Amino acid sequence: MASRQDHDIRPLLVSGPSLAARLFVLVIASGILMIADHRAGYLDALRSALMAALYPLQRSVDAPFSAARWMSEGLATHSMLRGENGRLAEENRELRLRQMRLDALERENARLREASQTTARVIDRYLVAELVRLDMDRLRHRVLVNRGSTDGVYVGQPALDAQGVFGQVTRVGPVSAELIMISDPAHALPVVINRTGMRTIAYGRGNLERIELPFLPGNADIEPGDLVVTSGLGGVFPPGYPVGEVEELLKEPGEQGLRVTVRPLARLSSDPEVLLAWYDNQVQEPEAPSDGAEVP
Amino acid sequence: MARGTAQRVFRMTLLVAASTAACVIPLPSWLDPARPAFLSITLLWLVFAGPKPAGLLAAWLTGLLLDLLQGGMLGQNALAMVVTVAIALKFRLQVRAFPPLNQAVVVAGLLFIYEFLIFWTDGMAGLPGRGGWRWLYPLTSALLWPLLAALHQRALGRH
Repeated sequence: MASRQDHDIRPLLVSGPSLAARLFVLVIASGILMIADHRAGYLDALRSALMAALYPLQRSVDAPFSAARWMSEGLATHSMLRGENGRLAEENRELRLRQMRLDALERENARLREASQTTARVIDRYLVAELVRLDMDRLRHRVLVNRGSTDGVYVGQPALDAQGVFGQVTRVGPVSAELIMISDPAHALPVVINRTGMRTIAYGRGNLERIELPFLPGNADIEPGDLVVTSGLGGVFPPGYPVGEVEELLKEPGEQGLRVTVRPLARLSSDPEVLLAWYDNQVQEPEAPSDGAEVP
Repeated sequence: MARGTAQRVFRMTLLVAASTAACVIPLPSWLDPARPAFLSITLLWLVFAGPKPAGLLAAWLTGLLLDLLQGGMLGQNALAMVVTVAIALKFRLQVRAFPPLNQAVVVAGLLFIYEFLIFWTDGMAGLPGRGGWRWLYPLTSALLWPLLAALHQRALGRH
């Protein structure tokens, strides 16, 4: 009897609304959801709750990978640890040496900025967040990290790694947050060429190894190897943090402009953790001239 | 009979959990565009070969789950999934009679429709395009169809 029930494949006897009617209702519901979520942003609270509900599942997919990492760390031999320790000590010496020079430069910079009445916007606090090893979307570059609104993470917060700019926070759940990487096709980053001070915008192209500066004039002073840093315009990223190195200049026949590809410095594909940064992004506008030019 | 139902619910949950995990498990970035749409395939298999077809509401909820997992616009995958499964349900009885290879062709077609709906809603919402690689996974999914269908069959304990 049970097996007859199991093998019953006739859905035709199911009573209730027809296929078309149910389809219609669900399609309308999807449309309403899309508009409420994308256009109006009404669903942020719901989304945050759903992200929290989904987090254990996402962690459980990540679990074998983090267990493997943990095991390989646990099994590191004495000589491996000694080697790593030596390397880190050397790196530390080198960084301290550079830091000495940097302190002096920072003081000098502060003195100069005081003269022009603007403040340097630098990162004053950061939080280390671990990436949850998941592929979220086939062709989009989004990642999940294990910090959320309970840690004070906010939408639009800049994320960096030890080498350069990584991306920014797009959605925040209670204990997790989604990041968009600078290589995502939806990401645009205001940058400046460090050597010349030329400002432009860097776009992601869906490639982890390369981002692009598409809007440069054909005669722009730019060469391979130039350092590209954040310009601080737009108010999301603090200015002066490294983004990448100019790799190639592409002059397309028939086009006026120059397409420049930049290799990101941040290790977008392999970094297990990122720094979520806080900085004072209140731009201090210079005082208005006193001779009466009214600004509406 | 109650035990049979409980068992089926248990197997179903396992099947859905495994497909969900397969949707997000990390792959090398060059391989990622070719990742088969495991959740869609599972639903289509339930329609074309499974002991009981997946309902539209289940398809819609699965789509929502995908939206959340991918961090995209809520409702986008839900819409694509519900339309795809509705078409599959409409032609269910014909396709059930097809050999696995022909079914694979139908699946590829349905997944192209699915991706077209995503493409269309991306455009409506003003989201940037994802490039030509987006049309690859219906093919890889179809190539895997006979194999996955056999695996699913086994997972639900039917031969």
